[in-house]
Order: sequence, then structure tokens, then C-alpha cells
Amino acid sequence: MRVSLKWLRDYVDVPLEAEELAERLTMAGVAVGAVYRPGREVAGVVTGRIERVEPHPNADKLVVCRVNTGDGELRQIVTGAPNVREGQVVPVALEGARLAGGAVIKRARFRGVESCGMLCSGQELGLDPKTMPPDQAHGIMVLPPDTPLGADVRPLLGLDDAILELDLTPNRGDCLSVIGVAREVAALLGLPLRLPETEVAAAPGSSLEGRVRVDILDPGLCRRYVALLFTGIKVGPSPLWLQERLRAAGMRPISNVVDITNYVMLEMGQPLHAFDYRALKDGHIIVRRAQPGETVVTLDGVERRLDPEMLVIADPGGPVAIAGIMGGLHTEVTEKTAEVLLESAYFNPTSIRRTSRALGLRSEASLRFEKGIDLEGCLAAARRAAYLVARLGVGEVVAGAVDNYPLPQERRVVVLRPERVAQVLGVDVPPQETRELLGRLGFEVREGEGRQMLVKVPSYRVDVSREIDLVEEVARAYGYQRIPATLPCGPTTKGFRTRRQELLRRVGGVLVGCGLSEVITYSFISPASFDRLRLPPESPLRKALKLQNPLSYEQSVMRTTLLPGLLEVLVRNFNRRVTSGAIFELGRVFYPKDGEVLPEERLLLAAAAMGQAASGWNRQPVQLDFYFLKGVLEVLAERLGLPALDYERERQNPAFHPGRAARVVAEGRELGVLGEIHPDVLEDYGLGARACAFELDLEAVLEMATREPRYQPLPRYPGVRRDIALVVPREVSCGEILRVIREAGGENLRQVQLFDVYEGRQIKKGYRSMAFSLFFQAVDRTLTDEEVAARVEAISAAAARELGAELRR
Amino acid sequence: MEAKLERIALEAREALLRATSLEELEELRVRYLGKKGELTQILRGMGSLAPHERPRVGQLANKVRQDLEDLLKARTEELKSRLKEEMLEAERIDITLPGTALLTGRKHPLTAVVERIEEIFLGLGFAIAEGPEVELDYYNFEALNLPKDHPARDMQDSFFFGPDVLLRTHTSPVQVRVMERTAPEVPVKIIAPGKVYRRDDDATHSPMFHQVEGLMVDRRVTFGDLKGVLEVFAREMFGPQTRTRFRPSYFPFTEPSAEVDISCVICQGEGCRVCGMSGWLEILGCGMVHPRVLEMSGYNSEEVTGFAFGMGVERIAMLKYGIDDLRLFFENDLRFLAQF
Repeated sequence: MRVSLKWLRDYVDVPLEAEELAERLTMAGVAVGAVYRPGREVAGVVTGRIERVEPHPNADKLVVCRVNTGDGELRQIVTGAPNVREGQVVPVALEGARLAGGAVIKRARFRGVESCGMLCSGQELGLDPKTMPPDQAHGIMVLPPDTPLGADVRPLLGLDDAILELDLTPNRGDCLSVIGVAREVAALLGLPLRLPETEVAAAPGSSLEGRVRVDILDPGLCRRYVALLFTGIKVGPSPLWLQERLRAAGMRPISNVVDITNYVMLEMGQPLHAFDYRALKDGHIIVRRAQPGETVVTLDGVERRLDPEMLVIADPGGPVAIAGIMGGLHTEVTEKTAEVLLESAYFNPTSIRRTSRALGLRSEASLRFEKGIDLEGCLAAARRAAYLVARLGVGEVVAGAVDNYPLPQERRVVVLRPERVAQVLGVDVPPQETRELLGRLGFEVREGEGRQMLVKVPSYRVDVSREIDLVEEVARAYGYQRIPATLPCGPTTKGFRTRRQELLRRVGGVLVGCGLSEVITYSFISPASFDRLRLPPESPLRKALKLQNPLSYEQSVMRTTLLPGLLEVLVRNFNRRVTSGAIFELGRVFYPKDGEVLPEERLLLAAAAMGQAASGWNRQPVQLDFYFLKGVLEVLAERLGLPALDYERERQNPAFHPGRAARVVAEGRELGVLGEIHPDVLEDYGLGARACAFELDLEAVLEMATREPRYQPLPRYPGVRRDIALVVPREVSCGEILRVIREAGGENLRQVQLFDVYEGRQIKKGYRSMAFSLFFQAVDRTLTDEEVAARVEAISAAAARELGAELRR
Repeated sequence: MEAKLERIALEAREALLRATSLEELEELRVRYLGKKGELTQILRGMGSLAPHERPRVGQLANKVRQDLEDLLKARTEELKSRLKEEMLEAERIDITLPGTALLTGRKHPLTAVVERIEEIFLGLGFAIAEGPEVELDYYNFEALNLPKDHPARDMQDSFFFGPDVLLRTHTSPVQVRVMERTAPEVPVKIIAPGKVYRRDDDATHSPMFHQVEGLMVDRRVTFGDLKGVLEVFAREMFGPQTRTRFRPSYFPFTEPSAEVDISCVICQGEGCRVCGMSGWLEILGCGMVHPRVLEMSGYNSEEVTGFAFGMGVERIAMLKYGIDDLRLFFENDLRFLAQF
């Protein structure tokens, strides 16, 4: 909603500058988003009449005009505007004038012809082209022919005005009108409100009797319908002041009749509709639901298919308008219209909202009906329109009115207890002040039982129905800034994270400590992700929850795995020449569950890596590969106190390299998968680097995490380190060797560490040398060299026997 | 013999003073003071002296020996310390070479901000609650005083899975779930961080973003308490100089409702481009829990009151770190992530 300050001042004498008023309104709950001053820089532009238009001797697209600006001279002005005609009154920028945007007009020659000024378009004066008639949007602005010549256009065109752009909350439909805002301003500043004139003398001897009939067939959807009749209509342009007010509100002037309906809507908040009376059959308005399959062509020329959920205005011949949303083309007011039936009605907000949604059609009228208009205001708004019709000489008002109002509403009375105000706000507002504040806002306050107040709600405040609504009114009128800030009293509560929340934070910390960066990706992914991961058709991961109204196919199903998101992050970085990196995400996936309305939301942890860590001048780079991520998993397991992780070869998961993938298992429970991404999948994603990833069921991990570390006594006796190198056939895995070593090493073998893997010279083909560092230590004594030597001997013997290993000397 | 002693003393002394290495000193020690050294030899030859001469020569010999030993010790220390200095000098490194490149990771800036918000409210005695992201219409709207066809539903365009199942558009449904579980017991003091979804995608809207919801329900909770708690929050989050301002607003699930502005983090209220010259930045919405919401969740709205607030994490992160493009959060460019 855009409100002109000049217009506002018709109803309340605002003593403040626009910016100051905006601040006050904002702090009282009527937020002003911006203050505009269209055309504030304009100076030296006056009205002038084009007396002659002659062709330019040297240019086809230019014309030479003689313009009378009221000072007895005819100025020669060259223009290229396509819409200039002799006799038009237009804005003329004289020499030295300034336009919107700051350009200054100088005497100039165009193709050899002198031009002493410029004819202006609305845009050049700071006006929105959308509020101009179509032929003027790209040409000069044409003013009504009776506009005085030589007058400064600033007051005429509202260029000295300030426009408040309101960001109204949905509950304040009552402020979708200048008077509504004026009421707030008057209450806020404690000033009186002046309401506009609505008294009008009807044409002598005229009567509506027998000419207009209104039947409301569905009073639930239309609670009131007021109809007036105007005759002797002369359709033409509106006076300039009225046009300017519509423009200030962002609307385009159309014709005097339509402009009056829009003007009153903007002024009072009541949408009006003007029907060409003679196009209505029998002057008979029937307000009813549409019949199945009925259609109507609306003012915008579109044929609309209606259904019985929609309310229409019909005549005995069929629908003539979609109630509260848009009129029909057939009954539109045109230049030929001689008689007008004016509608001022109240339509059910929900019904209007639904219909407007169903048709995808919103209008200034539907916007207001949706929020709920003032049921008591229908007649006054109709009379205000009638006043303007008569006053502006548009036509004559026929005596009488149809006011079909089947069930007049009772004004609501709400009980307000001062102690409730204190209970909610935490401040004692004196009852006298409460009464005063509510009174200014139009509420009538009477004494009730005890300290209670009986508050009668004004009809336009459809948002106030409960005591709490009044508490809010008191609070905002009292001023939020006056309510003292306190801290809650009462028993102290402890703030804590649950064990799960604490562990989750630790997981993130561990991964960051390992050098991985956290990413956050969208929870919705492309269904094509499953194909890119090469998942088989029967994969349960393909059973993803589908959005009914996704923004795009690429974001249309809820993820069942975090891998697509991570791979996309790698690709995006790779394409931006960031070719190394290690990332992780902690996020939910969504598994639909049969027989349940809501899916299972399960927390997963996934990581991905490519390239290598920055090497620097003194160190070999760390490869961000399978073993890097495995190392991360090992640190994670240790830090969470998980049981030892086992890695079982994984050949079935098509997203991973069959030779470089493992199921991660703890105590027989599968926690997830670790591996290098399959080259085919890399290709599907267009990733130009090898990448590895793991994905774990974090819920399972958290369940297995131990609560706190347990202290182990530090060893008191020295230990002994022995290194052995075993030459083993290639197909023997490190895991097997470790198992054999541990079994043969006995209880005093504390640690086995692989420190070298070597293939090549001096090693038989098909074999590799693996060097282990063994650490022996007893809890109760110092081990002898003989004991240790015997153990090492046992280890190499077992390795030879079970794995065909030879000790490398 | 005495003359011989004098000569040895002189000779050894000069040699010791001339020596330039520890090895030379050792040689001299062996030569003069060792088992077969010259001085030792002389002392051994004492037996051939007349008895009356012995004490005098013996005294002299011991003095020479003592002197030489002292000198040797002093020279050894001197040389050692010089050698150490030389070694240290030789070991000089280029201290301007870069440090060893370590692999470092970061938490996502949104996570960092959420954790900071959590710390603040944990300190104020709030617990952390969670709820589903795929939510029932009932919890997302209905129980928050947003019946079907409520005009305020337009404020939040939703992603649907079915007529009554959608991606939550705010973290407020967690309020309802927590109250339903707790009612009629009080107090409830929670915050609920999490992802939320709205059907919007442009320069200033992301279809997925993050909110932190807060809720306190108790006997005697007031709007003044809401102001107090959020003022503490704003100062903790944005610095002790931060001022707050409560503007009346509207949310269907709170009444009275407010929007909270903080003094601009860039210009401290002077007016700049970031705050649109107003000096204020909007950071969250809040209000007193609507009695109807309390009632639907099982509370007696005459006996208990509550406040609730909700803030956008992205917005706070943008203000805190000076980020000017919302989309950066979800592009996950590693060069962006490395900055936090």
C-alpha cells in the first residue's frame, strides 16, 4: 500500500515530515518500508499548450511544435515524441529546467532547428510509466485540456508529495486505505480525524425503485450487497487531481467512472465495481455460486472457467463478474455507457482467497476482500462514490439504494482485565491510560464488573476478537519501548545439550581436527542422482520422497544419501580450479516408511576428498585418498570410543571402485561404506579427479559411542621394540598378517605398526616386503631379551606357516 | 728439580693458553697431568730428593699441578662455550620460510553461528530441542493458529508431499511438539535450531535455510522478560555496544508480536548502505505465545504465559561476517569455507 502524504493530510493535520511520520508509524506497528519523493528534483517545468505541430525540415522522426506557456509567447520546441497533437496541454521544461534524475534543459539545435525547451514524458518527471495511459507510457504526458497554462507542474503532478510505502502485516487490512492509515496517525498523534463528504443530492424525481434488484443466494459468501444507480453518465478522463492521487498509489487512471471506484477503494478500503447498467439483464443482480462449467470473460479479455466453489455476480442471463475479483468484459463501463450500477459489497474472505488462488487472479479488490473489509462501511463507500459522480459532473445519482444485508452484524464487545495486561506485558498500564489509548484507536470502553473494561470493537477492526488482541493494541499504543526489559524470575533451569547433541558436536570437531571442512547442501536432490551413482533399480535408496511442487527437477526428491551433495560440491570446486579438498556433511536423509505419514529422518555422516593436501617446501604432500579417509575414520572411532572398526571388502556397491571399497563394520554391525568413487560415477558427475568418500549411519555410530574414556594405568616397566620385515605373497592382506602377528605375539605384544611396504628389487616377483614395528611390554616386570626373541621367532614361524612369509634379513 | 718444575709450569701454561680445541686441551692434560705426564713423572721422582727438600718441592709441585688443573678447567669451559656459540651460529635458519603446511578444516559458518547462539542460550538456561523437517500441516500451521485459508499462510510458500505433509517452513512446529510433550508442566525453556524450507529461490532467498526458534513457557513470563532475554542475546552475539529496538509486528502464533532490530553492526546506528541509512538491522521476530497456541498444546492460557522468537541463521551470519550473498552458504566453495 502506497500512501500519499498530501492525501493523508485531507483527513488529519500531520505536523510531521514524511520520514518522521514513517518512523512513528513503524514503531506503532504500521511498518513503513520506504519513503519516496517522486520527481523531487524537478524544477522549472510548466504547463503549456501545443498550438501548432509542423514537420521538421531535415528529419522524419522529429516535429517542430509551437508551445504556449501562458506568457504570451510561442516557444519553438523540437520533439520526437510520437503522440504530440495540436491542442494538447503538456508539461514543458523551459530553458534551465531540471528533470527527474537531475538533467538540466538547455537551448539546443536539432538538425538545424532551434528548440527552446523540451516536452516531457511522465518518466522524465519521475512518474512511473505503468501509471500512464499506454500511448503516453513512451511519449509525452498529456494533461486535461482545461489545465491552466504556465502553471508549475510540481503541485499539479504531486511532485511536491511524499509517498509512504507501507509493509502491512496480513492482520491490518484496515490500513489498506488512506483513511485507515489516517485513523492510525490520528490515534498515534492524538489529533482529530476529518472524514470526507458523502452527502449527495439525488436527481429530482428519480427513483431506483423497480430498476435495480439484488438477490443474494448465498449469504454465507456475500453478507452485504449495496447497489446504487447513476444516470446521464458522461465517460471521459478524470480531473488531474484525481488522476494524480491514483498515480501516487501506483494505479493507472482509466476513465472518470472507473477512477472514482478506484479512488474510493483507495480512500476507504471498500472495493467498488461499476457495471454498465444497460448491459445487465433486467437490472437484476444475482449473487450466487457458479454452476459447474460456467464461464465468464473477465475485463482482461480472458475466458475464465468457473466452478461451484466460486462466487459470481450474475444477471438472469448468466455470470457478469467474478465476485470480488474481477468484473466481466460484457458489462464493462465504456465510452458508450450511459447508466452505471455501482456495487459495494462484502464477500467472504476465505472464498475470495480460494477463488483468487484457483484462478491465479489477484486484484486490488481481491487483496482487500481477502483480508476482510469493514462490513459497516459498504453503504458509506457507495455514497462517497455517488458524491464524487455528482460533484465531478460525471452523471446523476438516482435516489435510493438497494442495501441487501440479510444478517446485520453486532458490534463485538470484548472484556479486558487490567491484570491481564500486566500479566502479559509485565508492566502496569494505568486503567485511565488504557481507556485513553483504546479510545483514540476507535474502541469504545465502558466499565464492567470490578476493574474489568467492556471494550466495543470498531467494525473495521476485524482482527480484534479476543482479550489478547486488546492487550496487543494497548501494548503498541503504549509503546513497546516503554515496557521495561526484565529477566525471567522463577526457579533456575539448567541449560544443557543432550548426550546425542554433545556427541554430534564432537563428531564435527574431530573431523575438522582431521582437516575436513564442513559443507551444507540442499536436502532435496535430483532423481537423476541415483542413476549417476549407478544404483540398481531395486536399490532401496531409490525409494525417495517426492516433492509435489519442486522448484526444479534437480531439486525434486528428498535425499536418501549424502553422496550426491558431496560429489556436486567436489565438482563445483574442481570446475573452479580448486582441485584438492576434503569435506564432510552431517545431515538428515529421509526414508519413506510404509504405513506412516512422516518419513524416517536419519542422521548420516559423509565425507569426500580429492587431490592432496598442500605440500609446502619441507614436506611430501598428504594424498587425500582412501587411506586418508580411513585414517579419519580411525581417529573418529578412537575419539568416540567406538569398538574396533573392521573393514570388509565391498564389491557390490556400484558407486564405488570394486577393488577399493570396504564395508565399515563394528562388532558385526555395518556402519557404512568407505571407498574410492567408481570411475564411471566420476564420469557421470563430470569430475576430473579421483575422489574417495565414506558414508556412515551416524545414529548407529552414536549408539555405539562410549560415554566417557576409561583411564588405563601407565606402564611401570620398560618395553622392548623389535622390527621385523616379512616377505609375503601380494595377495596376502595386511589385515591377515596383523591377525597372525597378534595371535602369535602373546599378551605382552602391545602394539604392531606397519611402517614400510616395499616391492621391487631384491624382492621376488609377486611378493612384497612389509615391515612391522613390534612393541612388547609386560605389566608386572621387565621383559628379558630371551622372552622377546622367542616371541619374535614364534611370530615369524606362524607367518611362514600360515601365510607363506619369509623373514627378510 | 725446582727449575724443572718452573719450566714445565711455564711451558704447560703457554700451551694451554694457546690451545684452540678441546682435543688439544685433552692432549695437554695427558701430556702434563696424565698418569704418565711430565708433572706426574716429577712427582714420582720426589723420592730422590733430600728429605729436608721434600716439603718445599712437594709444595711447589702441588701448587703447579693445582694451577695447571685450574687453568685447564677454565680453558675447557671457555672453549666449550665458544664452540657452542659457533654451533648455534652455524645452525641459524631462515625464520621467514613458511611454517609447515598443515591440513586444516573448518566448521561451516552457519554451524559456527548456530553453535554460538546455542552457547548463549545454554547460558541462559535453555535446552536444545529438535523436530522433524518433513512435518505435518497440523504442527507447521494449524497448531500455530494458522488454519487452512489463513491469509498469513501466503507469507510462507511451502513444499508439499501431500495435502497434509510438507517441509516445515519454520522451526516453530518444534515449539508445539515440545509443549504437547510437556504440558501441563512448566517451565519450558528451549531453543530449536534447524533447517527450514520455503518455495523461493532468488538472490535473497534460498529454498532451504536455517532458523533458531526459542520458547519459554512458565507462570509469570512477560513481554518485559522477552525484551530482557533478547537484549542479552543481541549483546552477546553482536557485542556489548549493541542496542535493540522492538517494533510491533504480526505473527499468527504470537500476540503481542514484535520484530527486533539491532543497531547496525557496520555503522553503529549512524546510517550506512548495509542498514539502508536507517541505523537499524532487523534480526528476528518474536512475541508472547498466542493463548490459542498454548491452549491447543494443552496449557491453561490463564495460568501460564510464554514467549517465543525465531531468527534466521543466514541473516545473522551475513551480518556477523559481512557476507553479501546468501548463495555462498550452499555453494560450499572451499575458498569461502576456509575463511571462517
